[in-house]
Amino acid sequence: MLPLTPAQTVGPFFAILVPATGRATLVTDHTAGQRIVVEGSVRDGAGHPVVDALVEIWQANAAGHCNHPEDSRTLGPDATFDGFGRVHTDADGRFTLETIKPGVVPGPAGQPQAPHLVVGLFARGLLTRLVTRIYFEDEPSNALDPILACVAPDRRSTLVAARRAEGRYRFAIVLQGPHETVFFDV
Amino acid sequence: MSRSAFQILPYRRPPAGDAPVNDATAYRSTALRHPTQPLVVIPQTLSEITGPVYGYGRLGPMDHDLTRQHDGAPLGERIIIDGRVLDEDARPVPDTLVEIWQANASGRYAHAHDTHDAPLDPNFSGAGRTLTDAHGHFRFMTIKPGAYPWHNHDNAWRPPHVHFSVFGRSFLTRLMTQMYFPGDPLLRFDPIFAAIPTERARERLIASFDLGVTDPGRALGYRFDIVLRGRDATPMDL
Repeated sequence: MLPLTPAQTVGPFFAILVPATGRATLVTDHTAGQRIVVEGSVRDGAGHPVVDALVEIWQANAAGHCNHPEDSRTLGPDATFDGFGRVHTDADGRFTLETIKPGVVPGPAGQPQAPHLVVGLFARGLLTRLVTRIYFEDEPSNALDPILACVAPDRRSTLVAARRAEGRYRFAIVLQGPHETVFFDV
Repeated sequence: MSRSAFQILPYRRPPAGDAPVNDATAYRSTALRHPTQPLVVIPQTLSEITGPVYGYGRLGPMDHDLTRQHDGAPLGERIIIDGRVLDEDARPVPDTLVEIWQANASGRYAHAHDTHDAPLDPNFSGAGRTLTDAHGHFRFMTIKPGAYPWHNHDNAWRPPHVHFSVFGRSFLTRLMTQMYFPGDPLLRFDPIFAAIPTERARERLIASFDLGVTDPGRALGYRFDIVLRGRDATPMDL
């Protein structure tokens, strides 16, 4: 077996390659599904904004289909929705995602997962990518989600975006400290 | 529980010991940014074994040649970086996006926040992208980046490096790393390179000089192969 290439930090200058800062739009006017806006932030262990984080999002479309050849389920793919986005935090450590609420993707034994966005986070000072998920406060199916069930009950709320208004959510990523976000080994 | 009609092939979990640690005290920016709670182990689901594979963004004709993105030629030593993206089972990863970004020959990034007192080069942006071919092969033409000082500790210098971003076939194969140059005396002083705990793993980030890759009379050649996570042998029911 070939040994893996190790990761290194993304450093502070990734914007040379991908200039999108502050806002990522994953949808077009024709994308099916409920439009949502997630207002995100990234903070460090001192509560300071992380102004040079790169946030990557991967998600299913409104029918729960992942735009990938290995999702062979007969669910409607949506040609206007790739399900991938990436954005830098802005000068206040914030980012905004304009997307749709994803449909249901099956879990490890075929049981449904609650709607979620998969998140990869890179930054100066992080040697590896951090992986987390964004769930939604107004989804009753969170209570049965097989991945949330892997997380200690008192930390699950760090994975749930707070509902601010219809279709508007807020999600704080805290890298360190008492309210530290749950990060996954997957 | 209802079962749907297909299985997924999970990705192998990376072996312990070779991956860099986020709590790398010599690299000062990690102090307030590394999580202190252990990572929570979760099973892989369709959400993770899929990922963006359909050529994120459009590629321009000069995206792979950083020396021809402007009217004039950039200053510096022209180099070719030639390599393959493979999985752990040595299978090529075709049609995947490989991106690079780097400082110019003077060690300055074309970025507003880079305050290093070295000249910008109006003919060098420092960003490139390409797709691997059917054999997992990629090739960039660029210039050798310069070393530059940074504020991590007294008299700190980053060794010349090229940042790499690779997607692979899945959210789980996503990799950000840095390619270094052989024989560089700065490597042994660099806390980012040193955050990789073993020498055998650090060596995987050092490109090899390859006369066969050179373009005679024009550019020196380096080989840099990238190995991403591979598949486990046992399928998982979904």
